[in-house]
Amino acid sequence: MPSETVEFQVGRNPELAGVGRGVSHGPLAPIDVMEPELGSDHMLINIGPQHPATHGVLRLVCELDGETVLKVIPHIGYLHSSFEKLGEYRSWNQVVPLTDRMDYLAPLIYNCAYVMSVEKLGGIEVTERCKVVRLILMEMDRIFGHLLWLGTTAIDVGAFTPFLYTFQERETIYDLHEALTGARITTSATRVGGMMADLPEGWTDRLRTFITDELPRTLDEVHGLLTTNAIHLGRAQNVGVIGPEEALNYGLTGPNLRASGVAYDVRKDQPYYDYETYDFEVPIGENGDCYDRYLVRMEEMRQSASIILQALDRLPGGPINVQDPSISLPSKTDCMNDMESMIHHFKLVTEGIHVAPGDCYLPVEGSKGELGMYVVSDGGTKPVRWRIRPPSFVNISALPRLAEGHMVADLIMINASLDIVLGEIDR
Amino acid sequence: MTAETHPTVSALGDEFGSAVLRHLVSAGDEHVVYVEAERVGEVLAWLKEAPSQRYDLLRDVTAVDFGGGRPLEVVYVLWSVPHRRSLRVKCELPITQLAVPSVTPLWQCANWLEREVYDMFGVEFTGHPDLRRILMPENYAEGHPLRKDFPLRGRFSRAEQTRRALSQDPHDHYIPMEMEIGEPQMPRPIRTSLPSPPTTREASE
Repeated sequence: MPSETVEFQVGRNPELAGVGRGVSHGPLAPIDVMEPELGSDHMLINIGPQHPATHGVLRLVCELDGETVLKVIPHIGYLHSSFEKLGEYRSWNQVVPLTDRMDYLAPLIYNCAYVMSVEKLGGIEVTERCKVVRLILMEMDRIFGHLLWLGTTAIDVGAFTPFLYTFQERETIYDLHEALTGARITTSATRVGGMMADLPEGWTDRLRTFITDELPRTLDEVHGLLTTNAIHLGRAQNVGVIGPEEALNYGLTGPNLRASGVAYDVRKDQPYYDYETYDFEVPIGENGDCYDRYLVRMEEMRQSASIILQALDRLPGGPINVQDPSISLPSKTDCMNDMESMIHHFKLVTEGIHVAPGDCYLPVEGSKGELGMYVVSDGGTKPVRWRIRPPSFVNISALPRLAEGHMVADLIMINASLDIVLGEIDR
Repeated sequence: MTAETHPTVSALGDEFGSAVLRHLVSAGDEHVVYVEAERVGEVLAWLKEAPSQRYDLLRDVTAVDFGGGRPLEVVYVLWSVPHRRSLRVKCELPITQLAVPSVTPLWQCANWLEREVYDMFGVEFTGHPDLRRILMPENYAEGHPLRKDFPLRGRFSRAEQTRRALSQDPHDHYIPMEMEIGEPQMPRPIRTSLPSPPTTREASE
């Protein structure tokens, strides 16, 4: 009798055994298996407070139905450092170091905004050179903040390379911060009536090289990687859509609002430091989704670069600090040589400046939106009240409206596209 | 609009008469209007809706405590995008009766802004959909930090503050609405005291 070769399909799916070969043994697993009871309640999930994709210590408590976000409740306050309370215990100039710790991604904007509000309240007019220098610093930090946003948003949706490129570019700005103030992030560069120090030798040349050569090259590379990338388009288009009236009602400002089509930019609508004399455009989006927010910020960086070049061309000479001994410290040589300067120096160091009574709300176009500094004075050496209107605080309050109904992965994308910084949310 | 005149201020006077208590110009060109606390809700609604005013961006809601029992000022900072004008509206609340109607139905951003004023000053915004603390933890019991009578370091000792921060009770970390969704899984409890010393063992046989 001829024997039949039986091939045992070890390790392979017996149901997919070679056609016509071997003996089909049928499924090896018993057919009637007890299926476990699958629960279908909504899940309560915490994202954060410690999480690489929340951009800081932000806690999002989500109610999920599978992958769909039904409700998201942001919990903040993990970085609360009572800056506003501390400000009431410090003299006007001593508050400046507190300002860099809030938006640590664009500290010079906060430094400038705070002293601008005190100067407005006190009727102190800064020198022309100081105005242009502060404008350059604010635009430079806008680019600084947007580069970080670009890198971290890309990495949140899985694109690792732009993160490295943008952070490498930011190193140049860190070097410029350090050359000017001695610190990379906690700059404290401004004082009421002027600046801590004038621009050092070669600083403007380094900035000019950065703006004309290095930045455009990096922006073009990242543009090539992301703007027409199918994965990025799929993640960002039609995600987190908000219309113009609603965006304004939710208090969104900055690129978030402009991506929804509302043409509101503090630099154009309530200009300060001669912004109306600079030639720049403000990009406005159409669809109000994450992709438009991306496009708006990319273009804003290029516009900021153009503003910086114009400012560098018109940078005047002259003193950086206002020449009023009751506001700016006199030079050491003057102090040692004449009595009045010595007395002024003594009074300024021990007491501080006095600011006229009243209150002032000064809005500034920060990198995240409208940054408002509200200072109240009673004529003394310390603020009675120092309030910061943080753009990210109001922007993140719209997160539930933007993310509910989307999936968890979209929640991360929307959170990233809002460009928040927890330091200013929590203060 | 000059430093002395502001179209809204004159219109407000016509519309609300005695509810507008005073008007002043601060910091050179910023117009501030003081309004009666009972009518501030109506005034703000008119400022938002009236076609000649259209203050559609509520920039900020905040409060100022001057201390010494003086009234607390609640400040509303407004901006009109179509007319490109700003205005500051203030109302003074007696320190014993800190309550004012919420403007969340008018501007959604007031939701969180008013929550912060409540958290920091204790001002109650009547009609607010979700008035609870925002910066301080849910179970914070030391009061309202930005009041002038609140000391810089808080009212409880550091030990007590640490104990409260390390609480493992889910009710201290989740609001009632979140507890309804599901049972939160709290992390492993943290040891808050030294382990007891090992007991001496009898020699085994």
